[in-house]
Amino acid sequence: MSRRRVVVTGLGATTPLGGDVATSWSALLAGKSGVRTLTDEWASTIPVTIAGRIAVEPSEAMERVEMRRLDRSEQFALIAAREAWKDAGSPDVDLERLGVVIASGIGGVTTLLDQYDILKNKGARFVSPHTVPMLMPNGPAANVGLELKAKAGVHTPVSACASGAEAIGYAMEMIRFDRADIIVTGGVEAAVHALPMAAFAAMKALSTRNDDPTRASRPYDIDRDGFVLGEGGGILVLEEYEHAKARGATIYAEIAGQGLTSDGYHIAAPDPDGSGVQRAIAFALRDSGLTTRDIVHLNAHATSTPVGDVAEANALRLALGKDADHVSVSATKSSTGHLLGGAGAIESVFIVKALQDRLAPPTINIENLDPAVTIDVVRDKPRALPAGDIAALNDSFGFGGHNVVLVFRTL
Amino acid sequence: MALSQADVLAGIKEIVEEVAGIPAASIEMDKNFTDDLDVDSLSMVEVVVAAEERFGVKIPDDQVSELVTVGDAVNFIVKASA
Repeated sequence: MSRRRVVVTGLGATTPLGGDVATSWSALLAGKSGVRTLTDEWASTIPVTIAGRIAVEPSEAMERVEMRRLDRSEQFALIAAREAWKDAGSPDVDLERLGVVIASGIGGVTTLLDQYDILKNKGARFVSPHTVPMLMPNGPAANVGLELKAKAGVHTPVSACASGAEAIGYAMEMIRFDRADIIVTGGVEAAVHALPMAAFAAMKALSTRNDDPTRASRPYDIDRDGFVLGEGGGILVLEEYEHAKARGATIYAEIAGQGLTSDGYHIAAPDPDGSGVQRAIAFALRDSGLTTRDIVHLNAHATSTPVGDVAEANALRLALGKDADHVSVSATKSSTGHLLGGAGAIESVFIVKALQDRLAPPTINIENLDPAVTIDVVRDKPRALPAGDIAALNDSFGFGGHNVVLVFRTL
Repeated sequence: MALSQADVLAGIKEIVEEVAGIPAASIEMDKNFTDDLDVDSLSMVEVVVAAEERFGVKIPDDQVSELVTVGDAVNFIVKASA
């Protein structure tokens, strides 16, 4: 039996650049930044006062009563999933063949912390009975699964900042292995809060360019000083190819394969030799039946940290060899900030848009390219991608040494 | 001093509207929390805690399952406040 092929038939997003895919994508192409100075009262108590808040608050798209039972990450998941499902044509599907795989790196951390404040200040009786379903990391997936009445399986793989990409890969496998015909998949994160930000700041992972928020996230720039936290999420509807054709769905791209490895090196630092990343790319290409020659675009992990960006760029150069010369690399975290468990998902949405429009989005804020970066970075303006059959990679890495590479191609 | 039934009903209407999003106008004494007002077991906990705080009464956990209708809750609170 030949392997079941998996295609993308719907997209949804809520990001620091916009409340949906179209707005986010056009702001990204226009080189905008979604990073702002935080206005929260607690911001003055921590060393970093900038972040990429979502552009459109959930209250614009959701009823108050629904919102109060959902963690912010769950609100993002439902908003993006509703857009993606509608975009896919709200398919009439056998519910036992419909699944959901949505990840989050940290889960309902703001709920956890807010309820802890209530416990301390008012007492146990006042802790909300909705706390557990709101803080559990599988909450976003579970709520989307409930709304769609999905019965093929609802899952939440967690691998820190690789979670969103890992979810999409898992979803692809579910369709390949004939567990489902349609999966709603992606990643979300809502961790803009004093504690996670203080904790990332304690690791010296965050940019402290507080006085220049829109230019703080600057992957590959010589003066990059850390990542900027972002929030939001991206959702894709994946569908078995024949199923999509049979119902006349609009097919945006094929998800052709994935590569997964682990570093076995350090809990937070990337392996400087980059072998885990290189192996993940090799596996992903083999899984998708493509070679480095076919790849024309890559949405990099590139979070704007001094060590990470160069380690990744070196690994990409080694993995792609001379073919790296025709790969237009975009680091879209320059515009969105780093959405942690949502990152691989919104970047997959951006890759599908890039293949569709044949435009690689720009990497903003590179004033002086780090000379150690020897890959072809798309700077300042979008760059046209070639005609014909093309393919693109999304790589994502997470604390713990998780490496995930996804392959998308035109169809 | 005992609270009046009218005052307690008005308070319960506000709480149920806040918790479950049911318009206060449609909340009457004979409405069933679960079947008519879509207040599930988790939301009922919220209603009880909010009512205790608002009316200064104690509603023991073993009594909550007896509060089937809005009237049950209102009468319990009126009695408890006496």
